[in-house]
Amino acid sequence: MSTNLPAKRTASTEVAVVKNEDFVTMTIADQVFGIPVLQVQDVLGPQRITRIPLAPPEVAGSLNLRGRIVTAIDVRLRLGLPPRAADKPGMSIVVDHKGELYSLMVDSVGEVLSLTSDDFERQPSTMDARWREVSTGIYRLRENLLVVLDVSRLLNFANTEAA
Amino acid sequence: MDDLLSEFLTETNENIAVLDVELVRLEQNPNDPSLLSNIFRLVHTIKGTCGFLGLPRLEAVAHASENVLGRFRDGELNVSPYAVTLILESLDAIKSILLVLEKTEAEPAGNDEDLINRLNALAEGREAPAAAAPVAAAPPPPPPAPEPVPEPVAPPPAPVVAAPSVPAATTTREVAPVAEAAPPAPAPAATQAPPPPPPAAGGGDGGESSLANQTIRVNVDLLENLMTMVSELVLTRNQLLQILRSQKESEFAVPLQRLNHVTSELQEGVMKTRMQPIGNAWAKLPRLVRDLAHELHKKIDLQMLGAETELDRQVLELIKDPLTHMVRNSADHGLELPAERVAKGKSETGRVTLNAFHEGGHIIIEISDDGKGLAIEAIKRKILQNGLATEAELASMSDQQIQQFIFKAGFSTAAKVTSVSGRGVGMDVVKTNIEKIGGTIELKSVEGRGTTFTIKIPLTLAIVSALVVECGGERFAIPQISVIELVRAANDSEHKIERINGTPVLRLRNRLLPLVSLERLLKLGDGDQDNRETFIVVAQVGNYTFGIIVDRVFDTEEIVVKPVAPILRHIELFSGNTILGDGSVIMILDPNGIASFSGEIAGGVHDTAAAAAEEKQAARKDDRMALLLFRAGDGAPKAVPLSLVARLEDIDLNQVEASNGQPVVQYRGKLMPLVPIDPSWQVQRDKRQPVLVFADGDRSMGLVVDEIIDIVEDRLQVELGTERAGFMGSAIIADKATDVIDAGFYLTQAFRDWFGNATDRFEDERLHKVLLVDDSPFFRNLLTPLLTVSGYDVTAVQSADEALGLCESGEDFDVIVSDIEMPGMSGLEFAQAVRGNSRWQNVPLVALSSHATPRDLDRGRQAGFTDYVAKFDRDALLFTLQQTISETKGAA
Repeated sequence: MSTNLPAKRTASTEVAVVKNEDFVTMTIADQVFGIPVLQVQDVLGPQRITRIPLAPPEVAGSLNLRGRIVTAIDVRLRLGLPPRAADKPGMSIVVDHKGELYSLMVDSVGEVLSLTSDDFERQPSTMDARWREVSTGIYRLRENLLVVLDVSRLLNFANTEAA
Repeated sequence: MDDLLSEFLTETNENIAVLDVELVRLEQNPNDPSLLSNIFRLVHTIKGTCGFLGLPRLEAVAHASENVLGRFRDGELNVSPYAVTLILESLDAIKSILLVLEKTEAEPAGNDEDLINRLNALAEGREAPAAAAPVAAAPPPPPPAPEPVPEPVAPPPAPVVAAPSVPAATTTREVAPVAEAAPPAPAPAATQAPPPPPPAAGGGDGGESSLANQTIRVNVDLLENLMTMVSELVLTRNQLLQILRSQKESEFAVPLQRLNHVTSELQEGVMKTRMQPIGNAWAKLPRLVRDLAHELHKKIDLQMLGAETELDRQVLELIKDPLTHMVRNSADHGLELPAERVAKGKSETGRVTLNAFHEGGHIIIEISDDGKGLAIEAIKRKILQNGLATEAELASMSDQQIQQFIFKAGFSTAAKVTSVSGRGVGMDVVKTNIEKIGGTIELKSVEGRGTTFTIKIPLTLAIVSALVVECGGERFAIPQISVIELVRAANDSEHKIERINGTPVLRLRNRLLPLVSLERLLKLGDGDQDNRETFIVVAQVGNYTFGIIVDRVFDTEEIVVKPVAPILRHIELFSGNTILGDGSVIMILDPNGIASFSGEIAGGVHDTAAAAAEEKQAARKDDRMALLLFRAGDGAPKAVPLSLVARLEDIDLNQVEASNGQPVVQYRGKLMPLVPIDPSWQVQRDKRQPVLVFADGDRSMGLVVDEIIDIVEDRLQVELGTERAGFMGSAIIADKATDVIDAGFYLTQAFRDWFGNATDRFEDERLHKVLLVDDSPFFRNLLTPLLTVSGYDVTAVQSADEALGLCESGEDFDVIVSDIEMPGMSGLEFAQAVRGNSRWQNVPLVALSSHATPRDLDRGRQAGFTDYVAKFDRDALLFTLQQTISETKGAA
């Protein structure tokens, strides 16, 4: 009897998993990405950014967000894409990671989507290793596909480099 | 009320509150050492402070319970409910005394002898479940307590948690009858104000000190938030003022002006909540030292420098106790008695100096005394006694390493436990506390001259004034504290940047100032700035002065240093970042980092923390030696120990002649054979070529190389042996695989009869036999040819055991040369073995070691070495061997 009980419970959690999660969507080089909305602190337009010499290339610099210093990460470079053309302003999503704020620079920020786990899938194994490293999976949207970014892995590059 | 007293009351009340909880936890987990040491420390602090404030009654109680706790900590006593109850009872006694103290500013008269006796009895291991028994049995109590106290304490198990108020009442009550017995206590006070029954009893928990209500504790996060908000407000204000300036007439002018002032004050106020001058933490010290001097019969002069240095409040809290401990230690253990000082030719009055200052993003606090310094021998004995290291390990340690042991838990060199210090509560706690806030503590001590502790604390939250500069289009802040002056440099001005081999320097008041290009250092821009007008920020780190080349200089600004994001922490050039008044983020340069990047290790030039660390490092890497790096033939760079090379020459190949089919050159009136490393080497006319000259006696040999690269100081570890003639093997030197050449091989190439001939110089027909004991194959390989060349018959063995084996097998030697640091039997032990009882007991022994301080020398002599030579000193070794042999011969 006691062995049956956990089985039932897993079944019920599975049912519970099929629920909606909200994502802030954004585009980089025409690809749609998503970050869980709860991790997002802010969405910013173009900002004045202070360059940080000697920093890893993906670190665009730092900026002042209401008195807090935020480190800006150029997601394009992080994903191995060419830098954004100078005439396109771009936008940023500010996320909190271990008590520090990071601003993820993307091409544009879209709406908040509520997605069901029915549409969720792991990344295809043929995807670029760099992309697979920083994403958790794919949502099939009606029009296109949304890649879910994993913030902590996205920010992990400097740690490995520094070590 | 006296500030000191009120602070003491607040602090002690807090400590006792913590102790109540901790003791109960201890009872539940009697084996938790961290819990125990925390409790011990708190009681120790209470005791210590009482002593200095002249509160004998409190001190006595605290001392007695500390004794018991000390026994717990040393594992000599088990934590039993009875013991915990007793300690809780003593806390209650302390509480009730504190209550009276708060009201009357004096200790109530009375006597806690009974309690103390029971605590002492417990500490001595005579635990008794019934309180009555031990008191009666206790032999030492000078005036036996008039009436053994009955019950409430006795039932050991239960009511610990609920205890506080009940025993408190009991203790106070029981005090009253005893009062007359209190020997020197202010008798009138006793009768006049019999300790009032604690109001606590009536007011429930109202026994809480009312003083505690004058200050409130605020979560640091809250302050941090306030600070952020204020910064934001300041930025907004700045923007508004900016707008106002552009408008000639505005009705907002007056209210904005007011807003401006209020904001400034608010900002200042909020900052103040976090910042405190370090002098606040020192306020207690003069009194402490005075009383200490009195108690210890010493004359102590306490100097406090830099008391106004501001420190983050939280940091200050954390270093307060450590500082007090350290000053106490300096006064107690460090300084000698006046008579001793006079005998040593010092002034009667000992000096303890506290010095606080900012240095390159850190706050440095130095605590130094001119006392007797750390007694190395005493520390060693203690180390052995506590089993922290073996004798052999100690023998191989440098003084610095041994001194570090004072930071280990439970370590105190004070011969006796005084009420002042010496329970080993000190330095380990100090170190832990400082490391907790990311600081470091370094120790420098010279026996007989004094001890200096240097605490370095990062300045994470401190406010500094910084100079804002521009370079490569970016702005940076340089902490004003390390800026000495600014110089404008342009080609048409008085100062201009000159270059030596591309390295910029500046003539400044008849001195050459090394310059660092910030642009180049930070890899900004193209670095082509020769003709531009630039500014030079003359900065100082320790004693090292250098100039930082920047494009422009703005003004100074007060900034709040914020740590950089974790992903950027590895960039050593920045100590933090901050937000300027205009709202932009700016990186703060770390002059220390720049100095070390520019080649000068900041610590190397001044004698504090870094130097000590470096010495430690040097002592560890005892195989470091100077190596000459050169290139010859193909392949990897080659190296030879510099000590083997007599001179470096640059020879004009036109002067090379051939003699007996061998190239030779006239050198200092003699013919010197030239041996090329590269076998395919041909003499090319009209060229010059570098030559390493090896000389021995009046002979010399030139080793022809292609290019001399460098002389480096490095650890030489031959990693790959080789069969190639002339090479010892490969080693990593200056991060490159390098071939180490075998000088002996080339010597024989130059003079096939080199060895045979060499012996002729000795009048003695027989070769002197040398036994070489060294575990390092490299040194055996290095010294064997060297000694052979000098006319000795060398037998090399790799361990002391092997050497003793030779002794047993009947070999005889004229002299033994032995390394000191060897695995297995050390050189010292070997010497003792040789001297102790062997056929060799009269054979001279020469020690070979990288440590050659007078102390090492003494140690070697004691072990039985005849002489002591520093490794790598080839001339000294040869000279010593010659001396030693002729001396023994003369004696024989």
